[in-house]
Amino acid sequence: MIEYLLFLALLVALAWPLGRYLAAVMRGAPMRSDALFQWIERPLYALLGARPEAGMSWRGYAGAFLLSNLVLAVVVWIIFMTQAWLPLNPDGIPNMSWDLALHTMVSFLTNTNQQHYSGQAQLSYLSQMTGIVGLQVVTPIVALAVACATLRGLFGGRARLEGAPLSASIDVGNYWVDVIRAAVRFVLPLCLVWSSLLVWQGVPATLASGPETVPLETLNLSANPSAANEITTTETLATQKIPLGPVAPMVAIKQLGSNGGGWYGPNSTVPLENPTPFSNFLEVLGIALIPVSIIFMIGPFTGRQRFGVMVFGTMLTLSVISTSLAMWSESWSGTSADLALMEGKEVRLGAEASALWGATTTQINNGSVNMMMDSSAPLTGLVAITNMLINAIWGGIGCGIQQFIVYLLLAVFLAGLMTGRTPELFGRKIEAPEVRLLAILVLWQPLVLLFFTAVTLAVPGITGNSNPSFHGISQVFYEYVSAFANNGSGFEGLGDATLWWNVSCAFVLAAGRFPALVIPLAIAAMLAAKRQAPEGSGTLQIETPTFALVLMGIVLILTLLQFMPVLVLGPIADHLSLTSILAQ
Amino acid sequence: MTKLQEQLQEQLQEQLQTSKTALSPSPAATLHDGGALRGSLALAAIALAGFGFLYSLAGVGIGQTLFPDTANGSLLHHNSAPVGSSLVAQPFAGDGYFQPRPSAASYNPMAMSGSNQARTNPDLRARLAETRLAVAQRNGVAPESVPGELYTQSGSGMDPHVSPQGAAIQIDRVARERGLEPQRVKALVNEYTEAKQFGVFGQPRVHILHLNMALDAITTGTAATTEKPVTTGKT
Repeated sequence: MIEYLLFLALLVALAWPLGRYLAAVMRGAPMRSDALFQWIERPLYALLGARPEAGMSWRGYAGAFLLSNLVLAVVVWIIFMTQAWLPLNPDGIPNMSWDLALHTMVSFLTNTNQQHYSGQAQLSYLSQMTGIVGLQVVTPIVALAVACATLRGLFGGRARLEGAPLSASIDVGNYWVDVIRAAVRFVLPLCLVWSSLLVWQGVPATLASGPETVPLETLNLSANPSAANEITTTETLATQKIPLGPVAPMVAIKQLGSNGGGWYGPNSTVPLENPTPFSNFLEVLGIALIPVSIIFMIGPFTGRQRFGVMVFGTMLTLSVISTSLAMWSESWSGTSADLALMEGKEVRLGAEASALWGATTTQINNGSVNMMMDSSAPLTGLVAITNMLINAIWGGIGCGIQQFIVYLLLAVFLAGLMTGRTPELFGRKIEAPEVRLLAILVLWQPLVLLFFTAVTLAVPGITGNSNPSFHGISQVFYEYVSAFANNGSGFEGLGDATLWWNVSCAFVLAAGRFPALVIPLAIAAMLAAKRQAPEGSGTLQIETPTFALVLMGIVLILTLLQFMPVLVLGPIADHLSLTSILAQ
Repeated sequence: MTKLQEQLQEQLQEQLQTSKTALSPSPAATLHDGGALRGSLALAAIALAGFGFLYSLAGVGIGQTLFPDTANGSLLHHNSAPVGSSLVAQPFAGDGYFQPRPSAASYNPMAMSGSNQARTNPDLRARLAETRLAVAQRNGVAPESVPGELYTQSGSGMDPHVSPQGAAIQIDRVARERGLEPQRVKALVNEYTEAKQFGVFGQPRVHILHLNMALDAITTGTAATTEKPVTTGKT
């Protein structure tokens, strides 16, 4: 409880100034540090062939975003499939199979980091340092760039070009400049600070291969053979290989960049990746820091402070409700008296810190874990799934704003219908073309999720769930929800390193990422091209608590209406079975 | 989608003719949408080599400079030979040692994982009941007094800690096996009990490997080099 309050207080105290700074970075405002940063940025612009002073239309912006993702995809896929022949592979790790490499690549390209591999055994240092860490740094930044372009569009664009066709005349910013400035001035410096703090707490940071050690008892038994007879050798280990590597920088960007994919298979449950309760606090704070900074960025970036306050208030309310429910379920409800409470949890962290993490990592599409979600209480799993279905309680870097704008437009549209007025956002009319695009996005999520869940459950040969009964349904649904939300956490007992899971998840991952980023940008540019009516007394006031409540209502009703049946069959039925087991 | 937009653009062009000055922003000097392929290729190189590789190298360099011990894995030495890491649990089978939590990965760091069994899984229920009874019998205590972490498997399978109570129920057995006064072992356990970090974070806990190394140092007199200086307690 104290830890949660400290978390909230420190989060706001750090994210507030960072958000203002980020707004200045993304607006291209002059700064005292310009001389230093431009020294790094100018050669990069030259390499990119970018013209930093020129703007782009939404099509140019989206095109650059999509093409740069495609190129990254091809290069990283090749690295994973050829890592055995490439340098920096001290542990002699073999090449990845094409489908596992495909899934891993798409998973990291979409800022998801769903892992069907185990890092310490299946990726070389080179793959981790380039493919994995490179994508972990660049993918949140490109999403942030698209979100900034969308915000510019919503408020009429940076500028407009006379004489061009209308939607192509709106300047939504320069993609290359947005990416480079956000990386060089914001994300990378912050990551180096976090990485150093993590090494201080015990996370390894080395290029040397891990040592092979002889455990203490084995060592003593070999020195004293008479005692060795008493204990069978199967109970002791001959040696332990301590897996090390450049772990700390990766864990820093994994937490800060809403990535979630860890160096080691079991993620931040592993003491090497999350050594102390304080490292745990730093890491859970890291999950929320940049996404919340971005919410604080909205006000100064768009020049409309009240809009930023409304977004923050709405998200904070949803977040507090969700986190409280998870902490109640895990550490204070009837199911917390379960003998199995510590299954999948670490002693140094305990149930409360695990629940706080579980809620935060799904409100933001991070997906790192510090307990095994599979073994948590079923209602904790329900909170996690609901968070991911909404995907805008903070949301991931960039994608959180995009998803929130979708909900915002829907709420404005519905509120307009209810009051019998033409729906308008910031003085611009929302009309049939925009609503049609919104409808596609809203229907796309249940179509993809329910289709794949149904197919996978219908063919037991490909399901691969490791737990019987209702929890088996939760496992399959969770995997696709996590993929679509670009979260990456999982009910990890699932046998997901198969051709079916790799390929189907790769599709769901991409389906959840690209439309949700690009369509709001298109809508914003379409709105920007419209005539702006002055706001008067008859205008729908969106920056009020009443409207925020309408918006939250729409978010919840939409999610529950679409997914109630599968939630009842999965986590809710699982919870009812558990209470009957505990009552015995 | 393009059709929609064409319609929209026509509509809007009409609108715009009626009010040329509707949009407040100034005209852009130029929009430059070209060069996406060159930019994409260069961005891939910058992302993988710069944001990925150079950033990782910088993180390693800073870590190695500031905190060389932890950066290299918090290794522990016994007579100058590495016996493991403070951050990796080791199995202890003998009655003369404190036992760690059960591991789903058999304490093999290259295969680390949790059980991932659901609370409603009958296999989990059977395993918990069996392990709990075994731990109780081994230490001569009632099953009810065995704390939860001693019969559940941790998330990583590498959890090096148990709760203070998890160490307390093992004291009598370890003392008997080593021919030590229980009070002396108890004092050692107290010394190796860590409180909440900074008084706020996490849970109180005992590091099993550190404790067992200190035990060995008492009984055999060998000087073990652990992170904590080994003293003989206050008795």
